[in-house]
Amino acid sequence: MGTRQIELEVMRYNPEKDEAPWFQQYSVPCEEDWAILDALIYVKDNLDSTLSYRWSCHMMVCGSCGMTVNGEPHLTCKTFIRDLPDKVRVEPLENFPIERDLVVVLDDVMQKLQLAKPYIIRKDDPPPEDEEYPQSRAALKKFKQYTMCINCMLCYSACPQYGLSNDFIGPAALSLAHRYNLDSRDQGKAQRLDILADHDGVWECSFVGACSEACPKNVDPAAAIQQMKVDGTMEWWKQKFGLTGDKP
Amino acid sequence: MSRRPYVRPMSRTTWYMRNGRFKVYMLRELTSLLVGFYAFLVLFGLVALSAGSEAQWNDFLASQQGPEMIALHGFALLYFLFYQTFAWFNLAPKAMPVQLGEKKLPAHFIVIAHYVAWAVVSAFIFWLAGAI
Ligand code: SF4
Repeated sequence: MGTRQIELEVMRYNPEKDEAPWFQQYSVPCEEDWAILDALIYVKDNLDSTLSYRWSCHMMVCGSCGMTVNGEPHLTCKTFIRDLPDKVRVEPLENFPIERDLVVVLDDVMQKLQLAKPYIIRKDDPPPEDEEYPQSRAALKKFKQYTMCINCMLCYSACPQYGLSNDFIGPAALSLAHRYNLDSRDQGKAQRLDILADHDGVWECSFVGACSEACPKNVDPAAAIQQMKVDGTMEWWKQKFGLTGDKP
Repeated sequence: MSRRPYVRPMSRTTWYMRNGRFKVYMLRELTSLLVGFYAFLVLFGLVALSAGSEAQWNDFLASQQGPEMIALHGFALLYFLFYQTFAWFNLAPKAMPVQLGEKKLPAHFIVIAHYVAWAVVSAFIFWLAGAI
């Protein structure tokens, strides 16, 4: 297998020394089957041990190696050198503060995921003993796609609304809420929509659609948000006409 | 070890220049200006009509028939078609997915249904206007 020399232009930021981020060039001999993550590992192991970046599984499961590659958000473990030009620019995910080099601060979105109340809410909590809540395959199919999220936050990095205002609850958290709203075992939809079908929730979304294009797991958060807009509107009318008894 | 996260500012006025996808999005959002224009046009028409004088109404109609206005209406029609109608019809399956049993209805069915509904509504309006 031959190697190909790639000029890697990597954003660096050391909070103890640097006023602002800057770019460092590394010339990396890449194997044919390498992804950008392999090139970064090569840099760390052979050229510059001070480079910081996050990764864990190298197989699209952990969701921690998201970075901006040539201007677009990608999981670097599935962004292959063979699909890229000889010069590649690697930056931390957009729309997040930089902790150090390619590592970003994700505290904000971690809190937002909790706003989604990502668990089954029942009126008969705690559940009756020795009973389960059965679910048909058709009912599972309704929300399965939204369970595939790996919290990589590429969608937030792609979203200009989140970039302009961090108040926006954002794609992954909203589609997580939608996943539970669609779950036939759940009864917490009205509670979730109270918070999420509001200005900082689904109505901040103007359907740019960039989140769904960025998502490596085909979750399609933009679709979830549009469906929640419909749900939120229906719920609003129902409450207005007193048609719903399940206000929390 | 001190934490000092660096925030990269996002320009509020030029962010959409970052990539082609954002530019197309902005072109779609610009249709709102045309919507505003047509809302005013309808208002002017209604004012002319409610004045009760046939001459005023005919003036309004005549004002829409000059070459500039016809060019503007033609441009608006094409702009709406490309950046509003086609764009939103293609996005419709995302907002309104249909599941039958364990299968999702293919997205293009939903898109085609929109075009059919559009043709039916248009034919009805032409019929109302006496054109067919
Ligand atoms: S919705 Fe997709 S892009 Fe967003 S965090 Fe989940 S897997 Fe990543």
